[in-house]
Amino acid sequence: MNMYIARRLAGLLFVWVAIAIVVFALLRFVPGDPAIILLGSEATPKQLEELRIQLGLTRSVPAQFAEWMTHVLHGDLGTSLLSKRPVVEEILERLPRSLELATLASIISLVIAIPCGVIAAVRRGTIWDQGFLSVALFGICIPSFVLALLLIFLFSVELRWLPLRGYRPWTDGVLVWLRYLTLPALAYGLVQAAELARMTRSAMVEIVELDFVRTARSKGLPERTVVYRHALSNALIPIVTLVGINLGVLLTSTVVIEYIFGIPGVGSLLVDAIRNRDYPVVQGVILGIATLYTLLNLLVDLSYAYLDPRIRYG
Amino acid sequence: MASAPTAEPMAPLSDAGYGGEPANARQRSGRRRRQIPVGLTIGSVILVFLGLVAVLAPAIARRDPLEQNIAQRLQAPTRENPLGTDRLGRDLLARLLYGARVSLVTGGLVVVIAVAVGLILGVISGYYGGYIDFGIQRTVDVVMAFPGILLAIGIMAFIGQGLANLVVAISIVNIPRVIRVARGGVLQARQMEFVEAARALGASDRVLMFRHIVPTILAPIIVQATFTLVYSIRTESTLNFLGLGVPAPDPSWGGLLDEGKSYIQTAPWLIGAPAGAIALAILSLNLLGDGLRDYLDPRQSGRATMSTL
Repeated sequence: MNMYIARRLAGLLFVWVAIAIVVFALLRFVPGDPAIILLGSEATPKQLEELRIQLGLTRSVPAQFAEWMTHVLHGDLGTSLLSKRPVVEEILERLPRSLELATLASIISLVIAIPCGVIAAVRRGTIWDQGFLSVALFGICIPSFVLALLLIFLFSVELRWLPLRGYRPWTDGVLVWLRYLTLPALAYGLVQAAELARMTRSAMVEIVELDFVRTARSKGLPERTVVYRHALSNALIPIVTLVGINLGVLLTSTVVIEYIFGIPGVGSLLVDAIRNRDYPVVQGVILGIATLYTLLNLLVDLSYAYLDPRIRYG
Repeated sequence: MASAPTAEPMAPLSDAGYGGEPANARQRSGRRRRQIPVGLTIGSVILVFLGLVAVLAPAIARRDPLEQNIAQRLQAPTRENPLGTDRLGRDLLARLLYGARVSLVTGGLVVVIAVAVGLILGVISGYYGGYIDFGIQRTVDVVMAFPGILLAIGIMAFIGQGLANLVVAISIVNIPRVIRVARGGVLQARQMEFVEAARALGASDRVLMFRHIVPTILAPIIVQATFTLVYSIRTESTLNFLGLGVPAPDPSWGGLLDEGKSYIQTAPWLIGAPAGAIALAILSLNLLGDGLRDYLDPRQSGRATMSTL
């Protein structure tokens, strides 16, 4: 297992360096001179020069990269052009809100998807199964931002049960916090639930047919034990993968959800930064999310190996 | 991405699937080959409809999508403006119809570019192996290490708005998936006897790759192309929603939703139509992709689809 982890970590390092190169390169794709784009054509040469130094554009590209990388490895992602604060500080300040949203959305998707998937698989071919599948197919086809707007219309505009947008920290009271976070989490959780339910169903369908399940049943175990203890625990691998990958995708989808609901998280930081051409913040957020995403993928693979020892030796 | 075709083969849902006997399975795939899946039909019909709408937009729309009429701003649907008007009094129907062009043109171009580039790189990667394969595959790893939409957002943030940039950004994100599919197919095909035979007859690498091997991997590539179209429309509408796609005042479905969301309390019709259009396009393409896979590539088939309901 240790060899396996070491090999995976080495691979991760390679991919991460490459990600960093891509993020670094992004600023070089800006058509024209970023300094002129940012300050306008009426800026004095001195102002332009200062900004070029701040963006690290004055030296040769390899030297720029070396300097940028050194800073990144020391946890310095540069300074926001707008707020003049360190990018890392801005991200860390907003990260908890995004994580709250992502966690709540994951819980919603798991709570809905796993029972639905299991029931559909166990009662395969019945009206339950077909009902779940139709709803799930529909769920997969609706992008989360479209669903979010429909949910807002239903629950905030028509029924007036939940606030339209905004965010309150949980220190204002857990109920208030939940009221504001429910719709955003639902918008994303439901879309994820659709896919997760399909995955759970298909993994379960294969396993329910296997001999050991028949054995468990024939030795008189209650159906509940057979389904949840024997079958579901073996169906976990694809489910864990999807939950893991979803967490990574969630981090990105929070961009759209936070933008709609006005939640001051990392996602809306990115959108604001893009609108204001605050390039260091854009680079920092993208590097941060991509790093988290790669780490999550690694964790998923390691949990694979843990859940199914055969994989380690494959 | 939420609609990613999963690598894990899903269990068949059709009636024949319940037995699970190998003989049964063979019969089933034989029958599937002849029968056109329902999803394929429904999906193609909707796609053709959307295509017609995009092409005929100038003929169907009674007003110009950019024509403003402040006196008629934020009006609910009427005879004159069947879907209502937006904050500048522009006709939503006209904007929706022209918006279809952005989605379909972007999607179409992305498919052409992603499939062309992905197929060539994937075939070369699988055929030659060695350092070439290593180089291409590590590059694929890096691109796929980003959540797709984030990379597209990142690229658009720096290269700026515009239809061409949109196509470039979404293509870059989609090429790696095509490379993976093509390479996988080539690795299998390379072992086959007819390829050996062609090589023994003195066929050049290029002839072997593109005359003999490529035709055998076309089925999964066509299926992947359909899903590329799905991802593309999804990504395009998201980018436009975030204000990173085609610049205002040109209409796009994502952009219409973004404009409409501020008026969700007073003019909810601004949300309904574009939301429906996006969902309809993605739904039909998913049906089309699943149906094509069942039809062309029975080994991969059996993912839950409408066709089997």
